[in-house]
Amino acid sequence: MSRIDSYDHLLRQGGLDRRSLGKLAAMLGAGAAIGAMLPGLARAQETPKKGGDLMIGITGGATTDTLSPLPSTASIHTCSSFMWGNCLVEYGTDGSAVPELAESWEPSADAKTWKFNIRKGVTFHDGKELDAEDVVWSLNLHRGENSESGASGYMKQVVDIKADGKHAVIIELDSGNADLPYLLTDYHMIMMPKDGDVTSGNGTGGYKITEFDPGVRVFGERNENYWKEGRAHAATVELVAISDPAARTAALQTGQINIMERVDPKTVELMGRVPGIVIHQAAGGGHYPLLMRCDTAPFDNVDLRLALKHAANREDIVDKVLRGLGKIGNDHPVPSGDPFFASSLEQRTYDPDKAKFHLKKAGYGGEALPLSTSDAAFAGAVDTAVLFQQHASAAGINIEIVREPSDGYWNDVWMKKPFCLSYWGGRPTADLMLSVAYKSDAAWNDTFWRRPDFDKILIEARAELDTAKRQEMYTQLQTMIRDDGGALIPMFNDFVDASTEQVKNFELSPQYGLCGMRAPERVWLDA
Amino acid sequence: MPDLVRLIGKRLLLGLLTLFAVSVLVFAGTELLPGDLAEVILGQSATPEAVAAIRAKLHLGDPAIVRYWRWFSGVLTGDLGNSLASGRPISTVLAPRLGATLFLASVAAVIAVPLAITLGLLSALWRDRTFDKSASAATLAAISMPEFFIGYLLVYIFAVQLGWFPAISRISPSAGFGDRLWAIALPALTLTMVTTGHMMRMTRAAIVQVLAAPYVEMSELKGTPRKAIIFRHALPNAIGPIANVVVLNLAFLVVGVILVEVVFVYPGMGQLMVDAVAKRDIPLIQACAIVFAITYVGLNMLADIVSILANPRLRHPR
Repeated sequence: MSRIDSYDHLLRQGGLDRRSLGKLAAMLGAGAAIGAMLPGLARAQETPKKGGDLMIGITGGATTDTLSPLPSTASIHTCSSFMWGNCLVEYGTDGSAVPELAESWEPSADAKTWKFNIRKGVTFHDGKELDAEDVVWSLNLHRGENSESGASGYMKQVVDIKADGKHAVIIELDSGNADLPYLLTDYHMIMMPKDGDVTSGNGTGGYKITEFDPGVRVFGERNENYWKEGRAHAATVELVAISDPAARTAALQTGQINIMERVDPKTVELMGRVPGIVIHQAAGGGHYPLLMRCDTAPFDNVDLRLALKHAANREDIVDKVLRGLGKIGNDHPVPSGDPFFASSLEQRTYDPDKAKFHLKKAGYGGEALPLSTSDAAFAGAVDTAVLFQQHASAAGINIEIVREPSDGYWNDVWMKKPFCLSYWGGRPTADLMLSVAYKSDAAWNDTFWRRPDFDKILIEARAELDTAKRQEMYTQLQTMIRDDGGALIPMFNDFVDASTEQVKNFELSPQYGLCGMRAPERVWLDA
Repeated sequence: MPDLVRLIGKRLLLGLLTLFAVSVLVFAGTELLPGDLAEVILGQSATPEAVAAIRAKLHLGDPAIVRYWRWFSGVLTGDLGNSLASGRPISTVLAPRLGATLFLASVAAVIAVPLAITLGLLSALWRDRTFDKSASAATLAAISMPEFFIGYLLVYIFAVQLGWFPAISRISPSAGFGDRLWAIALPALTLTMVTTGHMMRMTRAAIVQVLAAPYVEMSELKGTPRKAIIFRHALPNAIGPIANVVVLNLAFLVVGVILVEVVFVYPGMGQLMVDAVAKRDIPLIQACAIVFAITYVGLNMLADIVSILANPRLRHPR
């Protein structure tokens, strides 16, 4: 299916999992060499052409858009940040941590103190040279009570950040975290010059933003001094905000844009048949859960939760809602492409009899269970609710569908109503995914599931540097969520984009669509 | 004459009162929106601390009446304030959007209004003949379809299949007048199609109604040619209702084009207002609503004044 799967396969066969390879390399301080080698596997054997005007039809534009990377949530925002800026670490197409503005890094033995060596000779668009002070300032924007950063949650584990000379930065954590480099790939954490204006778009990236019309377009010209070899090929890049999928499709078909983000699953098959258009499908960590609040009756009863989990026909939902553009889930949030995916864990299947058994144990008397839904949660959320209602009724469960307004869904429904549909984007590591949504004190613990024993193993696993031991711990964590947690996760959704065939080197990423939002600097045009 | 001035003055005053009432309603309406700005700006990534930080920065804790007065007194002095969400002055956000919408609306109006009135006149002239029936059927078909459907249909035929016009209407800042016209060809055509039918049928009905009046019959009996009857007697008497339906459609071209803007990705007022609502950017919502209200109330006022001027009987209410 997607290219990601085949690389996974390749690497597994080699008996060496990427993550440990990457970490080994990082510990030896040779991250650059390995990092450069791995994406090489994925790169097409063609010589990139320079020049051309790349136009991307992208979602999420709003008049409130800003160039500040701190509050970033939507695609256009994230993608524009990667146009003008870089992180310390790049999330590789194969899931590895590739050195970006940090040339290499070394953790202490307990993974509590990390040293990042900053690349020399990199300049910002205004000509100032990047140094350790800029890095410390940029990272500190994401810390503290008043930070408006979307990454402030992850950064709570950071105790101190300080410069070590002009080209190294020391990051100290409250407990060990072997995945810290992955954390620094987060799209909020773009490096900017110290004491600069965060909305200026002055970064070290491949494109200088020359025109910015919030909610309409972001236009950049190639940064001729770009430090990164073999990247940023097009002469100009323009992100065009097109929220309507039909309009994006028409614009791609008529050649007004070269790439369109997010193909509607309903039309993907038709689009694939149009000559000159290529569909890019990336499997990843994005998933669509049905969230049950474990602190609210009747969902505080584990048997009722299990009954509902057994009452979902996952294949049917993936077929009908995702039109096959995804994978079935096993009620935990770690995707099968993740190195720490619990492959030994049995896949849960549709079993109305088992559901009935647990219903009886839960003392369920046939009362209606209201399920809040809206297509604000994801495209097809209402259909999912209806399908699930049918599946569940075969087990004698009475699901009552509550259609909520799209407006305000995230304020008034998500984390408020006891049973609702939601979505999660992919996270670069299993630890991050489990930490942001399942740890007892996580800000986004949207199932309100609290297990101190889970938290304890999670923190230990984070600091564990032995991969085999870590695998065992993560399997244990996934099992706990699957059998006790409040999330019914029927499916992982693929990211589906399309482009004209002139677009080359569209490197799929398991994390997001549009080459992990880095399409502007990765693709080139074969005009 | 002083009567006329007083009448128009009264109408203007009524318009201003309406606008004031609208401003209060708009403010009350925005208060009722679910969720608050701080949470919406942050979306799914809202942590309690981040929400509190933004709320404090934006003075969201002040009572509603204080915030209303702060805003309304600003509007009176021409200061629309800053967008809460982006921090930019609202006038700079609004101006290009309003310009874009007015440009599209004017082009559509310049085509649609003469076309509709001519078609309406001809239909009335040739009532129940083939021309009348086919014009009626065609325009009825056009107004029966939702405008986004017409938009997609035109995109499919003229952009995807024939390749004559662009599928999305993007206007770069440096584009000349010709390029601009070319870029908005399809949305303008869509709007022409959805508004012409309404205006044409109203024109036809108004004239047909006047033609049934006793004085027209008298004039017919006296042997006045049919064309002269229509242009000298019927049309002036039908101006009131025609003006009304024309301004109603002009107002629609400004305030009701959101679907067309979405289909053609045209950065106009409708899109701006939807964005503002989604982000709970209250001052921006209010500014958009006031602009829409001024357009609507102003155009209706214009129609009333035209009716007063065209129909002497209205100047002497009994």
